[in-house]
Amino acid sequence: MLSLDNLRIEQGDFRLSADLAIAAGARCALIGPSGAGKSTLLGTIAGFLPPTRGRILWQGQDLTAIPPGARPLSILFQDQNLFPHLSVTQNLGLGLDPKLRLTPDDRAQIEGALARVGLANLGLRKPAELSGGQQSRVALARCLLRARPILLLDEPFAALGPALKSDMLALVAEIAAEQGTTVLMVSHDPADARALCPETVLVAEGTAHPPQPTGALLDTPPPALASYLGS
Amino acid sequence: MRTPRPWPAMIAGALVTALILAPLGAVALRGGGLARLGPAELSALWFTLWQAVVSAGLSCLIAVPVARALHRRRFPGRRALITALGAPFILPTVVAVMGLVAVFGRRGIVNAGLGAAGLPEVSIYGAQGVILAHVFFNLPLATRMVLQGWQAIPAERLRLAASLGMGPGPVQRHLEIPMLRAVLPGAFLAIFLVCLGSFAIALILGGGPRATTLELAIYQAFRFDFDLARAAALGLTQVALTLAALGFARLIARAPGFGAGLDRAPVAGLGTGPGLCAHDTAAILAAALFLMTPIALVLIRGLPALPDLPPLIWRASANSLAVALASTVLTLVLALPLALATPRHPLAEAAGMLPLAASGLVLGTGLFLLARPFVSPTDLALPLTFVLNAVLSLPFVLRLLVPEVRNLAADYDRLSNSLGLSGLTRLRRITLPRLARPLGFGAGLAAAFSMGDLGVIALFGNGDRITLPLALYQLMGAYRMDQAAAAACLLIALSFALFALFDRIGHHAQPR
Repeated sequence: MLSLDNLRIEQGDFRLSADLAIAAGARCALIGPSGAGKSTLLGTIAGFLPPTRGRILWQGQDLTAIPPGARPLSILFQDQNLFPHLSVTQNLGLGLDPKLRLTPDDRAQIEGALARVGLANLGLRKPAELSGGQQSRVALARCLLRARPILLLDEPFAALGPALKSDMLALVAEIAAEQGTTVLMVSHDPADARALCPETVLVAEGTAHPPQPTGALLDTPPPALASYLGS
Repeated sequence: MRTPRPWPAMIAGALVTALILAPLGAVALRGGGLARLGPAELSALWFTLWQAVVSAGLSCLIAVPVARALHRRRFPGRRALITALGAPFILPTVVAVMGLVAVFGRRGIVNAGLGAAGLPEVSIYGAQGVILAHVFFNLPLATRMVLQGWQAIPAERLRLAASLGMGPGPVQRHLEIPMLRAVLPGAFLAIFLVCLGSFAIALILGGGPRATTLELAIYQAFRFDFDLARAAALGLTQVALTLAALGFARLIARAPGFGAGLDRAPVAGLGTGPGLCAHDTAAILAAALFLMTPIALVLIRGLPALPDLPPLIWRASANSLAVALASTVLTLVLALPLALATPRHPLAEAAGMLPLAASGLVLGTGLFLLARPFVSPTDLALPLTFVLNAVLSLPFVLRLLVPEVRNLAADYDRLSNSLGLSGLTRLRRITLPRLARPLGFGAGLAAAFSMGDLGVIALFGNGDRITLPLALYQLMGAYRMDQAAAAACLLIALSFALFALFDRIGHHAQPR
């Protein structure tokens, strides 16, 4: 279980509190007006922004003081998920060993992960030689290799077209189901939330609310969400 | 959350601070305040000030028509010419002065022409020569800055002006004059600061009661009279002057926002007309002639004499290369940790900018005062040149690196952290490859500066403990002009080769 225990985030005028729990293996969307703090909340869980008070717990272990790379999670950002000067293999290798000392076994694993996301034999390419969709797949393959129990998605597929985006979301769902990963996904598109996430955390007016069933929440939205959805 | 202390940056910052403040302290103590300033020192202060004002003013004044012409006209070789405007950053001062002597000196081509026409001679020695050389060095800088200002005027506004039927007059009034008002003060101050610290040019072309800068006066007090107290008092004055100018520059500094410009073709219908075209052509030709003839003359005279260079020149070249390479390495070793620490610790950048407050001669005097009980000045010549060149290059390399470091942090810090990349692995795999280009460019500038600089070495250099620029100066002093020209060719070649080498390494090391 991922618990946000009495968490409070403050940044200048910005305030957000969260006191909620997400079950292990759940897939949960974060929905709310822009500027409400969805990305900030993910950033705090990932360890980029210390909370002013409260704790972040995973299976009872306090993560709050652990540096980002050592937390039991992987995160995909909106952009800059790959180092442009490293090859695909090296970018994936960073997920296995940050010092990039790759054993033959590591290389085999990397090939396997590439094949799993449909990019077999592209390991020598640089990210710039791949399409946007392929770059997303590489980043996702790295999460696959790191095999951390939590996956945070900060709209990594926002720049892809609708068809590519739903392909990627389906791939995320598959991989998450295989590895039993807990997924937290920031979304601007209610359809994405419905498609991938049975549960949704509403982030609005300074509060991240406990997860609710996505369908019910979107069908009868509270006022703050209704005005955002425009329904 | 863990934010490791940036030890390398703290050590580098402490080292730079000590290297600047300790000699300045020694100078301040020994100089005993400003009470020792007699009439000779005050006249050096006065000359330093007014020549810097006139040099900066003239450079800016001439830069305006040249930049406007370069902006309005498209012709073959225009790009090359604009690139060549960057060359003075790499060109050794002594070489340029030598070229100016070949053009404007007693036996120069200008006086030959004047003599043939029955007109009186002009002299390059004295205040006018110092100013001429300053304009030679700073006109390209001013031209580039003003050109960027022109390129930053949005094309949309020029189109609007054209569609409203504005002639050259209204365009000037509504677009160009406001742009110049924004750009010229910055250009003037940058050049003014450079000219305040002028030493090599004043050493060769100036001198005497009416053309001695503070820097030159320090050198004379140190080298001729060995009057350390007077050298220190002059040094203190120089520092006070520089600090005042830097403070003033900060006060009037405007938000940057000129950037590189897009270099779009000018809007048709503006600045056509045969009169303007002739005017622009004349401006470009005159500037190109003024900037290129001196160097061409040095090359023409020096290249044939290259085989006759005395052995001392080769010795001095080896010294210079060693000093340049070592000081480049030291500059990078200091600059990189300071630049990397800057986004989180602004004090790191401040420490790296400290050397702007002091000149090589002031620092040299101060360090000599500190080291005097232990070593002889000649032993200090090369080590001090190495250390001080490195420190003096630091602010410029830092200015190149800091924006790139900020971009790197904005783009890849979170990704690196989320993958647990840290320490040497991060430096080797991410930081160095991503910064290779500015590092290479900065190293090239630092190496060329160190190779061509005639500064602190002039205080201590003796016998075979000299650098190539000092050896060249000595040859000029001995009127062995062919050999001097040959040494100048060698110096140009080495300076440009060092710059190109490091710049190229940076380009190759930074993968796309």
